[in-house]
Amino acid sequence: MRWLSDNAVKRLREEADLPDLGGSKYLVIHKVGAGGMGTVYLAQDVDLGRKVAVKVMNQADSAGALASRMMREARIVALLEHPSIVPIHDVGALEDGRVFYSMKLVQGNRLDEFAGGTSSISDLLRIFQKVCEAVAFAHARGVIHRDLKPENIMVGPFGEVLVMDWGVAKVLGEGRVDADRGAKDDRTRLRVIQNADLVATLPLAPDASPGDTSGGTVIGTPAYMAPEQAEGKTDLLDQLSDVYALGAILYFLLTRRVPFEATGSAEGTRIRPPRPRQINRKIPRAIEAVCLKAMSEIREDRYASAEEIAADVIRFLDGEPVLAYPENIFEKTGRWLNKNRFIVLLIFAYLIMRVLVFFFVGR
Amino acid sequence: MDDSPHGTPRDRFPVTRMSAVVAASSSNQEERTRAFEVLVSAYWMPVYKYVRIKWNKPTEDARDLTQGFFLEAIEKNFFGRYDASKAKFRTFLRTCLDGFVANENKAASRKKRGGDATILSLDFEGAEEQLRVAPTPSANAIDDYFDKEWVRSVFSLALEGFRAEMLGAGKKTHLRLFERYVLCAEEGAEKPSYKALAAEFDLSTSDITNYLAYGRREFRRIVLDKLRELTATDEEYRRESRALLGVDPE
Repeated sequence: MRWLSDNAVKRLREEADLPDLGGSKYLVIHKVGAGGMGTVYLAQDVDLGRKVAVKVMNQADSAGALASRMMREARIVALLEHPSIVPIHDVGALEDGRVFYSMKLVQGNRLDEFAGGTSSISDLLRIFQKVCEAVAFAHARGVIHRDLKPENIMVGPFGEVLVMDWGVAKVLGEGRVDADRGAKDDRTRLRVIQNADLVATLPLAPDASPGDTSGGTVIGTPAYMAPEQAEGKTDLLDQLSDVYALGAILYFLLTRRVPFEATGSAEGTRIRPPRPRQINRKIPRAIEAVCLKAMSEIREDRYASAEEIAADVIRFLDGEPVLAYPENIFEKTGRWLNKNRFIVLLIFAYLIMRVLVFFFVGR
Repeated sequence: MDDSPHGTPRDRFPVTRMSAVVAASSSNQEERTRAFEVLVSAYWMPVYKYVRIKWNKPTEDARDLTQGFFLEAIEKNFFGRYDASKAKFRTFLRTCLDGFVANENKAASRKKRGGDATILSLDFEGAEEQLRVAPTPSANAIDDYFDKEWVRSVFSLALEGFRAEMLGAGKKTHLRLFERYVLCAEEGAEKPSYKALAAEFDLSTSDITNYLAYGRREFRRIVLDKLRELTATDEEYRRESRALLGVDPE
């Protein structure tokens, strides 16, 4: 018998580890990435002859709790039809009991990698604006993401921006989607309810026990999470928590630093990060103010919605005053001059020309 | 002979095989012999290397101890004492092995078991060659080393089974392609792209996808079959499947 080398054993394990999608129309090609609940694979859709991404649950789940969560995640994403939210193609179960869903294959770079390149602040802010718009769209449908961070945002080759990984998302409140009840009633259908006060909680963080969203459970990524989230106050989590995370992403884009890198743990003491301009004096005060407002420790001081952040970012990009920053007269003048510099230059050139004419021709 | 890209539909999950661990203590002599062969084929190499490294035995002594261990295991029905609720079978086997070697050391007058006669044709030279090229594990990593060697053994046996099945089913292209794609790692090469394989094998890329998917599925089934043989209980089987293949089979 031929004994295998370490490399060969490693490769064979990788190959055998790939899920058997034999009963579906997908053929797995290779692993793309892994999370707490599921692993994402590159696969071939045999019927349509295209590449897709397939997320497969890590464990078979005879009790059905994990499978229900995965189905719920798929339903949530399916509900959120938006250009910046990756579309789901279908959902199914493998013969070994694991649930999977297929989605559009997103190619490009994660935002944290993309931001490390040579992109200008304006380019990054335009991307950030799209992220805010996608999150605002989800909020409007009662879905909060709860794990917004640059690693969960993809920037495609055509400039498209996709908010990924809705695995710990949560559906809130009245008139919203009853994904939880849908899981029980009909595993493939979403429906809208009129008077729901129930909170359907989607798949949890890897370490959380199934169904555990009671107070004290920390869900998400500590480096970007809101204080109420870091403290495990799950009943307080709402769109304002996502607003905070958006502010933290903006902080990263402006400074290239993770806001809470120093603590690394939700349980640890959170040290308030330095203001962006303390890291880089070139960061404009107005956009710093947008970031700090979104990241306010006091929930009421934050932007009321992701849409409001997007609006302020657009104002900043258009040279308009942002709501987060009251300008003094000099700053107003400076911004006006900067915004209208072409006209100012023309007027200036005209005045110089008049002076020259006055001196050389008028005499 | 079927050499079509999709192959024939087969069971996606392992057919139930009798556990060799359980069969090792069967009252049926034929079953016991067969179980013994299965266990020896999977464990002799890890046992030999373990004896060489942990017990620091010279080649000849390690050979004798390896053969002696398995011989005594079947004579005294070591494996019949295994309690799956207490440990993994290979942990139990390693504990038995340590006890056996310690006793042999104490006796100091260990008799040669049949002199140079072998109970099975074991490739000790091959094992020595591997020991020569592989780094020696540290003393506190010896348990992990045994586990790692066991995994190597399982996959080597599974690959051998895979080869036999593919050739038996006339799926030479599946086999060549699977080996070309997966085992190029032995030479330290990167995996070839599907496009490159398509050109090399004169197939379409979708055929390559199908052939490899079939090969993976069959190889995985054979690994799971092997695990079923080498574990005593369903729970242990699931645990080992999870550890080796990252999934809990339903």
